[in-house]
Amino acid sequence: MAVEVSIPTILRTYTGGAKGVEASGATLKAVIDDLEASHPGIAERLVDEAGLRRFVNVYLNDEDVRFLSGLDTEVSDGDSLTILPAVAGGSR
Amino acid sequence: MTRYPSLLDSVGHTPLVGLPRLSPSPDVRLWAKLEDRNPTGSVKDRPALAMVEAAEADGTLTPGCTILEPTSGNTGISLAMAARLKGYRLVCVMPENTSAERTQLLRMWGAEVRYSPAAGGSNEAVRVAKEIASENPDWVMLYQYGNPANIDAHYRGTGPEILADLPTITHFVAGLGTTGTLMGAGRYLREQKPDISIVAAEPRYGELVYGLRNLDEGFVPELYDASVLTTRYSVGPRDAVRRTRQLLDEEGIFAGISTGAILHAALGMATKAIKAGVPADIAFIVCDGGWKYLSTGVYDATDLDAAEAAIEGQLWA
Repeated sequence: MAVEVSIPTILRTYTGGAKGVEASGATLKAVIDDLEASHPGIAERLVDEAGLRRFVNVYLNDEDVRFLSGLDTEVSDGDSLTILPAVAGGSR
Repeated sequence: MTRYPSLLDSVGHTPLVGLPRLSPSPDVRLWAKLEDRNPTGSVKDRPALAMVEAAEADGTLTPGCTILEPTSGNTGISLAMAARLKGYRLVCVMPENTSAERTQLLRMWGAEVRYSPAAGGSNEAVRVAKEIASENPDWVMLYQYGNPANIDAHYRGTGPEILADLPTITHFVAGLGTTGTLMGAGRYLREQKPDISIVAAEPRYGELVYGLRNLDEGFVPELYDASVLTTRYSVGPRDAVRRTRQLLDEEGIFAGISTGAILHAALGMATKAIKAGVPADIAFIVCDGGWKYLSTGVYDATDLDAAEAAIEGQLWA
């Protein structure tokens, strides 16, 4: 399953500056493993033993994977994954 | 119309209006909770007043006090109004990349504005405010991201008002910032209607906002409790702007851009209900009107591309 992964600024040191990269895998975990193979070091920034790191949000087609099946979330060909740091955001 | 002893007493009690043109079918209906009808024009009047009153009640806030708050707009504007009427000084810390109207509104109600760097967005405003707080121990930081009175305002107000107007509600959709609206109204509605879906629409900004120096600078509001939510969507600027314009064109509602993001998630829920063949009554929050965003050019842009370009680099929600 090939998916498009959007990489936040802070992690682009691992992707040679690329904003988006392709990766494959049947689940989010497999996709992250594949990312690690092509961009060594990136996986450790995304996950720890407990799962996704606290300040890392991952969205599958704009839906937060924590409300799907987390790292076990199934991905399909052509899906888009967006990785973003958790921030306070805008006009509060 | 209802009569109130003063402006502060009139916070809340906002109308819920149907959206006959945007609702996909007679069985799957969208309802807008018009929070722009609050005294300063946004949903933030509710938590702002609740936080001030809670601090007065517990003795933290006494006459002549200075209130300090990190805010890029609406909460600050609400606090400024309440502070003026109640006789407090207000200092707001706001990211420098917010619309000009916000500074004007804050100063109009007598607030002082201190700017935090654009990079890092509200995270940075929170950090700067915490610094100023430590230098001024006698100032009172209400801190909307961690103040339970924020949740309480929606648990006591927004939630019950919506359920009273829409007993058949199946979905509640709101923006995710401090998380107060979703945590408060969401928790109330879930208690009353265990099967309800509580859906968060989280604005996704331009890259500037996410340009942290390291991931540990990330921020999750202390109020956030994921167990209240059914799901959470990230909505980018293009979809937010598109829906904001659609809400104006089709239903005549002139809302701010964060409302477009919320409507986008609400329409997603409506599509799912249609596909599943089940009826749905979907209530969502109109956070504020479009007035404060006019200068961005989003509303009169010739097309969607121009509208999206108009808010590039802005904190639009």
